[in-house]
Amino acid sequence: MPLLPPKFGPYGGQYVPETLMPALAELEDAFISARADLAFQREFDRLLADFVGRPTPLTYARRLSERLGGAQIYLKREDLAHTGAHKINNALGQALLVRRMGKRRIVAETGAGQHGVASATAAALLGLECVVYMGAVDIARQQPNVFRMKLLGAEVRSVSGGTQTLKDAINEAIRDWVTNVRDTHYLLGSALGPHPYPTIVREFQSVIGREAREQILRELGRLPDTVIACVGGGSNAIGIFSAFLSDPEVELIGVEAGGEGLASGKHAARFGDPARGRLGVIHGTRTFVLQTADGQIAETHSVSAGLDYAAIGPEHAYLRDQERAFYTAATDEEALSAFQMLCQTEGIIPALESAHALAEVIKRAPTMPKDSVILVNLSGRGDKDLNTVMQHFH
Amino acid sequence: MNRLQTAFRRPPIFMPYFPVGYPDLPASIDVLEVLARNGADLIEVGLSFSDPLADGPVIQQATQVALQNGVTTRDGIAAIAELRRRGVEIPLLLMGYYNPILAYGLRNFVRDAVQAGADGFILPDLPPEEADEFRALLDETQTPLVTMLAPTTSDERMERIARRAQGFIYLVSVTGVTGERSQVTSGLSDLIARVRRYTEIPVCVGFGISTPEQAAAVGQLADGVIVGSACVRAVGGSADPVQAAAEFAQKYRLRR
Repeated sequence: MPLLPPKFGPYGGQYVPETLMPALAELEDAFISARADLAFQREFDRLLADFVGRPTPLTYARRLSERLGGAQIYLKREDLAHTGAHKINNALGQALLVRRMGKRRIVAETGAGQHGVASATAAALLGLECVVYMGAVDIARQQPNVFRMKLLGAEVRSVSGGTQTLKDAINEAIRDWVTNVRDTHYLLGSALGPHPYPTIVREFQSVIGREAREQILRELGRLPDTVIACVGGGSNAIGIFSAFLSDPEVELIGVEAGGEGLASGKHAARFGDPARGRLGVIHGTRTFVLQTADGQIAETHSVSAGLDYAAIGPEHAYLRDQERAFYTAATDEEALSAFQMLCQTEGIIPALESAHALAEVIKRAPTMPKDSVILVNLSGRGDKDLNTVMQHFH
Repeated sequence: MNRLQTAFRRPPIFMPYFPVGYPDLPASIDVLEVLARNGADLIEVGLSFSDPLADGPVIQQATQVALQNGVTTRDGIAAIAELRRRGVEIPLLLMGYYNPILAYGLRNFVRDAVQAGADGFILPDLPPEEADEFRALLDETQTPLVTMLAPTTSDERMERIARRAQGFIYLVSVTGVTGERSQVTSGLSDLIARVRRYTEIPVCVGFGISTPEQAAAVGQLADGVIVGSACVRAVGGSADPVQAAAEFAQKYRLRR
């Protein structure tokens, strides 16, 4: 069987200990055979429809568009997917692969808790054992999601090494995987990590773009001028971008976490800070990584835990080189005010991650003509962020 | 005959691991020297990384201390030069993760490390599939990138990568991260036999070897015995790291 390309230009690859190399090959085989298997596709599609509630709607943001006075804004409503974010698409897809490989246990990492909840949900649905690794700092700031994961039958393990956030949770998930690799699958939550993960995650998230493209064509009879998504690892962005890659007239914009501003050094803008965001290798993949001069992975900051990560998915690095996608950053403050604006103009509480994409919309829409169209991936809902937001507004 | 070949003339050999910069930079260089003078036949000199995903808690903790001490890759290379200056003649291999080496610059890293007196490299997150660029630079200097094999490596893969192996094979004895285990895995002699079907070069076993008895038992089967976490724990937990290192090496050494 033909194997999938392991790289996106010079990015990607498989920088992992030897013990894991056979597991990556096994995963790739399972994915290739599942993709060609109609029964697998049917089951995945059925779960996306009956369990996740897909297709998620495309919502015209009338009052937001009027307020900004330029482009017409459409929201792809991943916040309405079961569990409240796009993460469930990939979690279910991989969980079906786990069953296909005959494994019975999954480990997952989580930052904000959304991928942990999605993994715990998929595990409950398919009867798999689930362990979620989460940094001690994130556990403290995301209590409701910790409780959700436990209710769903997952074991949440607190990670106290390093910076006690997402990157350390990934380290610990990989350590568990390397120890229990014979019966355990690592259910990686973003378009990151060693090949074939970035490709698999893109494929399972590509449903977002396929639906959105069809919906906007049906609604307007034309493609959007601009598609905007936030980029942590980059799974929701690659999911929506993937349907428009062959439409050169559609501009693709990824928004990184600008934290307290690029000059402050407290951010997660891998592309936005060329002094520290350099080509490197972390968690099995070669990509842009925020790091020190000595090659130690830098601490990052974002008001949104889901964007608070030092590396970007390798395919984004490639799309940027090709000038097929462009990347910018929104600060914490810009994201928080975008969060508030969407609540008040549209009656939708977005995730703080998605609010970064909205912050770019706020900057860009007024500069565009009234007959132009922006499609935004509203990747998740904001209930999980209420505590954080209330702290900032007091 | 180079230093590596000389060391493997009389197997089995004892190969401790210790990171530069722990508990502090000068003490770590003294520890490495004392290990060499008390029975280590080869030393893996550890370079620290913020995200050591192949390491268990003991080495994680020690390398984090080294980083907090401000110790860099450059200091690791300088430590090798200092050990050579002090007359240490056994092979010294640098062991670390790929990102700090990329940040240093591959070509400069290889040049500086070899000039300092390093005899090879062990990079657990650089499998053969990704190693072409690094190996091409090493070939100019005749120093090996050690090939790692694991219990999960299939026969077909083992044959393919063991054929190209240089220096010695680092055989990971268990699935998992570095760290002490109460028992040596029962399938070890079969695993070593599998590897030997595909290569003539020495086979050294690491991961999970905790006690002198385990080291001696593995020494009956393999050409070399790698002890990392137990060494770091014995030395790091002592008020007198240099004395502890001497005692550790004397207890674990395989040649008397």
